[in-house]
Amino acid sequence: MRVGVITFPGTLDDVDAQRAVRYADGEAVPLWHADRDLQNVDAVIVPGGFSYGDYLRAGAIARFAPVMQEVVEAAHKGMPVLGICNGFQVLAEAHLLPGALTRNHELHFVCRDQWLRVENNTTAWTTRYDRDAEILVPLKSGEGSYQADADTLKQLEDENRIVFRYVGENPNGSLNDIAGISNARGNVVGLMPHPEHAIDALTGPTDDGLGMFLSLLDLVVNA
Amino acid sequence: MIDTVKNAEATPDQEQPYKELGLKDDEYARIKEILQRRPTDAELAMYSVMWSEHCSYKSSKVHLKYFGETTTDEMRSKMLAGIGENAGVVDVGDGWAVTFKVESHNHPSYVEPYQGAATGVGGIVRDILAMGARPLAVMDPLRFGKPDAEDTRRVLPGIVAGVGGYGNCLGLPNIGGEVVFDESYQGNPLVNALCVGAMRKKDLHLAHASGTGNKVILYGARTGLDGIGGVSVLASETFDDTAGKRKKLPSVQVGDPFTEKVLIECSLELFEQGLVVGIQDLGGAGLSCATSELASAGDGGMHVYLDRVPLRAANMTPAEILSSESQERMCAVVEPGNVEAFLRVCAKWDVIATEIGEVTEGDRLVITYHDEVVVDVPPRTVAHEGPVYHRPIERPADQDELQANTPDGLPRPENLLELIKIMAASPNLASKKWVTQQYDRYVRGGTVLAQPSDSGMIRIDEETGRGVALSTDCNGRYTKLDPYEGAKLALAEAYRNVATTGATPVAVTNCLNFGSPEDPAVMWQFEQAVKGLADGCAELGIPVTGGNVSFYNQTGSTAILPTPVVGVLGVIDDVRRRIPTGIGAEAGETLLLLGETKAEFGGSEWAHHVHGHLGGLPPKVDLQREKLLAQVLVAGSRDGMVSAAHDLAEGGLAQALVETCLIGEVGARVFLQGDLFTELFSESAGRVLVAVPRTEEQRFVDMCTARRLPWRKVGVVDPESKALEIQSLGELPLDELREAWEGTLPALFD
Repeated sequence: MRVGVITFPGTLDDVDAQRAVRYADGEAVPLWHADRDLQNVDAVIVPGGFSYGDYLRAGAIARFAPVMQEVVEAAHKGMPVLGICNGFQVLAEAHLLPGALTRNHELHFVCRDQWLRVENNTTAWTTRYDRDAEILVPLKSGEGSYQADADTLKQLEDENRIVFRYVGENPNGSLNDIAGISNARGNVVGLMPHPEHAIDALTGPTDDGLGMFLSLLDLVVNA
Repeated sequence: MIDTVKNAEATPDQEQPYKELGLKDDEYARIKEILQRRPTDAELAMYSVMWSEHCSYKSSKVHLKYFGETTTDEMRSKMLAGIGENAGVVDVGDGWAVTFKVESHNHPSYVEPYQGAATGVGGIVRDILAMGARPLAVMDPLRFGKPDAEDTRRVLPGIVAGVGGYGNCLGLPNIGGEVVFDESYQGNPLVNALCVGAMRKKDLHLAHASGTGNKVILYGARTGLDGIGGVSVLASETFDDTAGKRKKLPSVQVGDPFTEKVLIECSLELFEQGLVVGIQDLGGAGLSCATSELASAGDGGMHVYLDRVPLRAANMTPAEILSSESQERMCAVVEPGNVEAFLRVCAKWDVIATEIGEVTEGDRLVITYHDEVVVDVPPRTVAHEGPVYHRPIERPADQDELQANTPDGLPRPENLLELIKIMAASPNLASKKWVTQQYDRYVRGGTVLAQPSDSGMIRIDEETGRGVALSTDCNGRYTKLDPYEGAKLALAEAYRNVATTGATPVAVTNCLNFGSPEDPAVMWQFEQAVKGLADGCAELGIPVTGGNVSFYNQTGSTAILPTPVVGVLGVIDDVRRRIPTGIGAEAGETLLLLGETKAEFGGSEWAHHVHGHLGGLPPKVDLQREKLLAQVLVAGSRDGMVSAAHDLAEGGLAQALVETCLIGEVGARVFLQGDLFTELFSESAGRVLVAVPRTEEQRFVDMCTARRLPWRKVGVVDPESKALEIQSLGELPLDELREAWEGTLPALFD
């Protein structure tokens, strides 16, 4: 399994995403933002960070990077794509996922261990989880409040495209407690919390996040 | 008109604003003597900023020498670089070297809390990078005035957001630090920033400009008018002539963490490809500092073409370009054959890089601006041979009175259970989660321990699990009562914190925050604290590898509490053996108290919070005992005998119990003998609360007994219970304790 991990200037969690891929017995392939080349990977992770400083609007510049043109094309053909935190913001800006991420309702950056409920275990990235399983992974973001218009929200709910929901107190004001969503086909998933920081209880709160990378492994190996 | 060397020679009697730039008459006279003429504007700017207290250590130098005098060859054996370099470097084994340093950014953070704190983080990170290391983590010891004061509400949220905003965007985990409140910091908060980095031993880089013909390359952000402090005096002098109405920019610099992140990755790639001979970051004093220090430490001279420096403001004078403190810039010395490859790496990262000069034969630093010489100086006189002051020293007249005013007569409380809750909710002991949850502690995946653990711990080698632990500490009240013993106590606590997590302490850094050096009483505090710290390090056998001095921390004539923040670095062979702070990780744990408890309340949190009292003597410190305690804890970690441990510090055993229960989310039953008030709230040093699995209890206490470390069984962990029960007093439900402990800061600052 070859999994591409994109690095934009300002990407921070690329090393973590690469490590998570290795923990799931995959080969992590670094992808550079300026290259229009996915190097024959089986899947792509757009990791967290502050691409281009996020000074304009999180993810707004990264979506125009040459490598993103390739990611959008591949995603439309069904390649599994995962956007974590800033990666989720980039996928939303690139219109691979609907809605937008705005400033946390309390206006502070929030770093905490967050319980999530798995609402959809049929996407490319979540088959290893039981439906309604609760997992504990870090959340660390200043612009993590998921917003979308009422029609989009209804569509996401109706089509079972809400993949993760926050459990307990809503940490950032996201509508419907949404922590992560997928596209209609289920190959593209974006979430604000960081499963790649929860792959080993030594350095994270749990290893609950590893399931996302193992789900991908199952998919690629069985394909 | 640009003031050139030629012009200076022709106009020897021209008046210069040296006083406004902070230079004394005799200092100005000395510059003239060195140059055999009056300095140019640009030279005056360089000397004034490099001879400032901040850059030259002119008041502290004579005292800081004591660190070197007390460091033995054995202590030095693991030190790869020490005081005088950008940061100290320590050999931590397996071919790894670790570099760490703490610096102050106090005054800028008071003027502009967000940017002051942000650029404090940025500056220390570049210091670590300049040693050739990858920065791995940051920590921030912070001190504020009264928590409910109006100004604290202005300063604290901004400083916390600045530390977080910069560090989070830079991608460095924040793994610890301190948040302390005391009235003396009102109007002068302390923002100290620590960074730790690691490299392979062979990759160590020092700031030397060696090899005639080598090129000097400035890379990173453009140079602007931000952060020009005293030099604005010169600027206005020059520009009044031409009636230019120039908008002054604030003298606090503005940080751009994104640029710094790119600068880090770019620099590490340059190091990896072997393209750098010497490197220096641009911090305080900007190019003045970088060029004079590089040239001074090298074996030749240097020629700099100032007109080549990429600017972000039009019509900057040579003096302004030299003094600008624009952030996110580095200066490298590169062999001519590598310049092209160097520029290629910078282009990949979209980093602006410009060849601004070269290493020359001889021993002069010559700076030209459009072919006219504006600076021609011996670089050592700028960077290393600044003035040295022997300031008057005098023990404060009221020191005896302060020490005689002991806490012995303070009324003791009736309800000890209630006091446990009151103390847990006091601002200094309350949970700092409101602060630390604004910091990313996970990025890069190496964080093994972070706040509220006793020390932060970072894995540096994923294969072997080798890691380092870091803790910073200082109780300014102890130091006020006795600066010599207080500094030792700060060292002892940081040392103990590191050992409490299972790491072996190996090196020390410091950030010495004091009032005005012109006040003999402050100089006495300073001298005593330096002696205490140096003597303490000698006794513990670990060297001071670097540090920073910040004077003039005072409001009017009132100095802050003397605050020598001490940072201790520890090494752990395998971070999987770390000792966590919270109990309840193993079934069936016994709670043991290591060390001895005496009635010591001078400078205690109880006297401060309940009575507003500061007097008497601080707790006694026994460094031989601290050493033994550390050895026992490290052995306990290595042999898997200890399942949790927590240092006893401010608030005593009561606070340690509250924290270990709340962090572990389990209750405990505690039985104590003797005077319960002393048992619970005394702040005697050299004590740690440990939890050992019942299966290891005998082996562990036998080891303590054999090594003559006093120990006492004080309770058991009760996984079924949701309360902290103190026998003969009653029980405190954990929910209530959590509300008390975690409720204070949100109530103050949300």
